[in-house]
Amino acid sequence: MDFDPTDEQRMLAETVNSLLDKRYDPSGRLKLLDSELGWSRELWQQYAQLGLLGLTFDEQYDGAGMGGAELATVMESFGRALVLEPYFATVVLGGTLVAQAGTPEQKAAILPKVAAGELLLAFASTEPGTRWSQTGIATTAARSADGDGWTISGEKIAVLGADSANTLIVSAVTPDGIGLFLVDAADVSIDGYPMQDGQRGGDVLLVNAPAQLLGTSANAIDHISSVIDVATAALCAESIGVCERMLWMTVDYLKTRVQFGRPIAVFQALQFRAADMYVALEQAKSMALLARLSLDDDDPAARQRTVRAAKIQVDLSSRQIGQESIQLHGGIGMTMEYPVGHYFKRSAVIGKTFADTSELIELVGADGGLIG
Amino acid sequence: MDIALGKEDLAFAERMRSFFRTEIPAEIRAKGERGEHLSREDFVTTQQILNSRGLAVPHWPAAWGGQDWTALQRHIWAEEMALAHVPPPLAFNAAMVGPVIATFGSEELKQRFLPPTANLDIWWCQGFSEPNAGSDLASLTTRAVRDGDTYVINGQKTWTTLAQWADWIFCLVRTDPEAKKQLGISFVLVDMKTPGVTVRPIRLIDGGYEVNEVFFDDVRIPADQLVGEENKGWDYAKFLLGNERTGVAGTGIIKARIARLKKVAAETRSHGKPLLEDPLFRARLTRLEVETTALTMSVLRVLANEAKHPGKPDPVSSVLKLRGSELQQEASELLVDVLGPAALGYRETAKVSEGFAALPDGAVDAMPTYFNWRKASIYSGSSEVQRSIIARAILKF
Repeated sequence: MDFDPTDEQRMLAETVNSLLDKRYDPSGRLKLLDSELGWSRELWQQYAQLGLLGLTFDEQYDGAGMGGAELATVMESFGRALVLEPYFATVVLGGTLVAQAGTPEQKAAILPKVAAGELLLAFASTEPGTRWSQTGIATTAARSADGDGWTISGEKIAVLGADSANTLIVSAVTPDGIGLFLVDAADVSIDGYPMQDGQRGGDVLLVNAPAQLLGTSANAIDHISSVIDVATAALCAESIGVCERMLWMTVDYLKTRVQFGRPIAVFQALQFRAADMYVALEQAKSMALLARLSLDDDDPAARQRTVRAAKIQVDLSSRQIGQESIQLHGGIGMTMEYPVGHYFKRSAVIGKTFADTSELIELVGADGGLIG
Repeated sequence: MDIALGKEDLAFAERMRSFFRTEIPAEIRAKGERGEHLSREDFVTTQQILNSRGLAVPHWPAAWGGQDWTALQRHIWAEEMALAHVPPPLAFNAAMVGPVIATFGSEELKQRFLPPTANLDIWWCQGFSEPNAGSDLASLTTRAVRDGDTYVINGQKTWTTLAQWADWIFCLVRTDPEAKKQLGISFVLVDMKTPGVTVRPIRLIDGGYEVNEVFFDDVRIPADQLVGEENKGWDYAKFLLGNERTGVAGTGIIKARIARLKKVAAETRSHGKPLLEDPLFRARLTRLEVETTALTMSVLRVLANEAKHPGKPDPVSSVLKLRGSELQQEASELLVDVLGPAALGYRETAKVSEGFAALPDGAVDAMPTYFNWRKASIYSGSSEVQRSIIARAILKF
């Protein structure tokens, strides 16, 4: 049993961190946030050169052939820097969906372009009025008149990366179940907006949009579930980076902020709250680790249960750490100009991505729980 | 969880599981499972079976009955024991005085005490806390004065667990009242039958007698019952308390209780269906299961880290004690909630009078255990002490 990073993972983290340390200072990030695109195409090319955009793809598709542990390494670093580029949308969600569900031709057409930084993807699944349901959706896919392809109609909301994606991967009801479809962004209407944490996204309206089935089966729910497991484990890792920064920023603040003639770290009421933040972080780290280990579980039901359980803990911890870090900073934590609030915002959005805590608790509980 | 363990460790766990479930008398394990009080004899029988198979004191030096196990294997051993409802080897013997004697005692003390300590032929109790020395243990005032070949002890210890069953007590006593408080303390061994030793039971809020006060009035002990050097007792006590960094989490106990309360909840009806299917109840339960799984992973992380970087101080063991005690308490409370009115009667046994329905599992012990386990966040460094340790470590002041 060895949970330390391998040399390869350590090098990967060092490479990513040294790039982000240079490029993601708080004021530079604020500028990016306010830019029209909301992120940097130039950095995107650097990620491509470092092999990050094809990190988990097979080598035959110009990927680096790495796994969940390496993805977690990158995501944790991205969380620490609050990276704005659409990595999660394009690589983690879009890329993994294509890699898992796509035909060899589709993979060959899409993955090398993603890895090279030439193609952006987005996964359009959530819909108005159905919260996070992957199956209770109203968007439908029908065979197109020529019989070769499909057309899709429906509306998707809160689609991460929708505003800049070239190709959307859309879930839709088919006669066989929930299918996944490739849709050209030019064929849909996109109402783009910044998400609450500053990452970009949007709502998508599809009216008889021409679509190509991803893979060979119009029932892709198992692929969707399995990709959400991978993505959830990645979010857990990102959240650890976010939470670590919030904790240590708060610790530094307690040690340097002077009131009543001394650093406020001397007050036991504040010490105990900082200690509880540390406890919450340790519990979250443990479950983020378990989440990425469980991606190797051969039993998909066990894997899904464990990943969900991990996100419950990570979200509970990040909520506590986030709220407390704002409180312990006082007024300065409320400002856009100070970084801690941006981390808090990201953690709040992660907590509502794919499912929230109540939903996950219900799912894990209904599944029989984890013990006994 | 198994995904975190390697093949060899899983095989080791299986070996432990089958040993505990086949070699320890079923009636003792059944008592443990139902939360009934175990007799002194039950503890002795169990520990002697374990000892005969080399499983009572695996963390001791091999020469004195220890095993060449990894820290992870010791954790698996303890956790499987708890999951099998086997009473663990008496902590005062196996985890406390034994390792201290083995590490700091003279050859003569080792020969004399270690074999009967491992075999529970001697039942030890711990004389550390005093009425005015709790979290601030180093302020203890029980005095030992050297007089020729003897020490004369005067003072009082308290919260002495199972002193009523004990043959011997290991004590921290003040031998140099002039020295700075940590530097004037010695570690001595006292036969409970020595004249001047008096035990007075303390009844706890669960109705049971688990702890005692122990009074020392001119108790004269041979000077060779000093362990190690005079005035070094504080170091030995710190060694003893730091010995078990991951066992304090009590993950096995928590999981056993969760498994038990889920069984009872499946058999308890609420609003026409099993309580286990009630969404609100299930939400509390699931959250407890998630937190417990996280704690188990935290234990494994500490163990993995210790294997790679031995001896590196780490506030994570405070995290384990803090969360472990809180989760034990939550689990004990949840069983009370499952039972509802069936938990309310104070009963000594599960026997019912002729014609009455059998009691549900937990009717006797759920509420007393809930009361009793409030101690978990108080002993071995209260939650407040643990938070202070963590705060010091992260704030570095």
